[in-house]
Amino acid sequence: MRRHFPLLFIALGLIALLIGGLIGVLISITYLDPTFLKEFIPFNQLRPMHTTTVVSWIVLAATGGVYYYISQEEQFKLYSSKLGVLHFVLFALTGTAIYLSLLSGNMGGREYLEYLPILTIPILLGWLLFGFNYFITLFGKIKNRPVYFWMWGTGIVFMIYHLSESHFWIFSDIRNDFIKDMGIQWKSYGSFVGSWNMLIYGTAIYLMSKIKKDDNVGRGKVAFFFYFLGLTNLMFGWAHHTYILPNAPWIRYVAYAISMSEWIIFIHIIYNWAKSLSKSTKAENILAYRFLMASEFWVFVNLVLALIMSIPAFNYYMHGTHITVAHSMGTTIGINTSILLASVTFIVQKLSKENATANKTIKLGFILFNISLMVFWISLIIGGIYKAIWVANPENNVFSQLHESSSSVFLIFIISGGLLFTSLLLIGLPLLKRLHAFYLEKTQW
Amino acid sequence: MYLSPTKGSTAPLMSQKAIEGEVIWQENNCTACHQLYGLGGYLGPDLTNIISDPRKGPAYAKAFFNSGVKSMPLFNFSDDEKESLVQFLKHVDRTGYYPNRNAQFGADGWVTIEYK
Repeated sequence: MRRHFPLLFIALGLIALLIGGLIGVLISITYLDPTFLKEFIPFNQLRPMHTTTVVSWIVLAATGGVYYYISQEEQFKLYSSKLGVLHFVLFALTGTAIYLSLLSGNMGGREYLEYLPILTIPILLGWLLFGFNYFITLFGKIKNRPVYFWMWGTGIVFMIYHLSESHFWIFSDIRNDFIKDMGIQWKSYGSFVGSWNMLIYGTAIYLMSKIKKDDNVGRGKVAFFFYFLGLTNLMFGWAHHTYILPNAPWIRYVAYAISMSEWIIFIHIIYNWAKSLSKSTKAENILAYRFLMASEFWVFVNLVLALIMSIPAFNYYMHGTHITVAHSMGTTIGINTSILLASVTFIVQKLSKENATANKTIKLGFILFNISLMVFWISLIIGGIYKAIWVANPENNVFSQLHESSSSVFLIFIISGGLLFTSLLLIGLPLLKRLHAFYLEKTQW
Repeated sequence: MYLSPTKGSTAPLMSQKAIEGEVIWQENNCTACHQLYGLGGYLGPDLTNIISDPRKGPAYAKAFFNSGVKSMPLFNFSDDEKESLVQFLKHVDRTGYYPNRNAQFGADGWVTIEYK
């Protein structure tokens, strides 16, 4: 049964998705009622619980998927399942410690990494175990392999580096120089999101090739061209976070040039989409297929937004507004979560018997997920436009006026967020139930 | 980026008092609600230039630390801690402008920002 440890990552990931979604709904209410939950747990502790938990969903589901695909689907003999279990235990214990750190108010206070900085050490150790297991398993077997193997390996290596990089502020040379510190901090965030995207997009290509039963999806010059383009963006694509920082101009020029290379991806998507209209691809695995198709749509709309944000003249107005939240929600929920749910449904369908009722609930959740996310996404953009207009007027200096004028947008944002969470329950609970049923069948640990 | 002098501004390095203020800023996770250079949370205002804002300034900032608006947590900073926070925000203020109101827009989409 130890060989099924990747499912532990996936199950814990799904639980994190549901808890993170619930906390997200709770913190959104603060925008209309500032005192909501303040007596029990203030916003400065609750918000990092939301961000950390949803990031955990992404990391756990992606990691579990990669372990599962190499050991179960591709039938490589994993170097060590024990190390895989240790990796899981390390992440689960660190997650508990992070919650305790945030609940007790012992915080590190860096955006997205608000827990005590020392807890990054076991996280890094977990990634090192993952990398060790992955590379030793594939050592000597990687020749002429599809691009997703390279993407997964790259994602692991760069995650280790950029997670470390985001803590460079502990060195006094960097900490004492506020602008350098901010520049490195936000550059590292762009890069470690790029790193988990390597894991997730690798998973998407893997699923496409398996669903279409066409191994060429992950092979050839085009696939590897986009891999290298993604890698370049991972390393240098910090553009829209840092334009407005008074960094040296060359840093801003590089960021602009690299971010514009994403137009190539954009044009490629339009080209492929137009081409696929004439095809009638029949998918056996309909749930995973639908989530993948949804992610393509979200890639498209978020790339449009990202490209606009990456033009400095637009970024000037959009930066620091809810438009950037729309961008991050659109990518983490619309793209990353859709791909990861495709991955989880693909795996669950393989492991457990078809369940028509569960499938029906998931399909309903899928529809609600995409509709509510679209309303949520648009409401954030409208909220961002309100703020951009407010900031542009130097006479405006009472922040509460902005909040009051945006209250109707916040209401839509809260309701659609609540519906989005409901859709995650409709999708996540049946999947968890089926994973649980599979575990009950395999009792010999 | 790590080694070369990256900042365009002429602000000096942070003082010990400003670093103490940044530690307080971090330990209380102020970034959950507030932004510096538009980076951070969205529930509260951006504080990059709060100290040099003629309508606000250090006294205004200090008054808000412990008894700010309804959504702010109930902090209990000592006078020394408040002074450290002000020194941190003063340092941030000296590094540049946000919003960068005198930025120049080019026809190619580039924005030339004003440095302090």
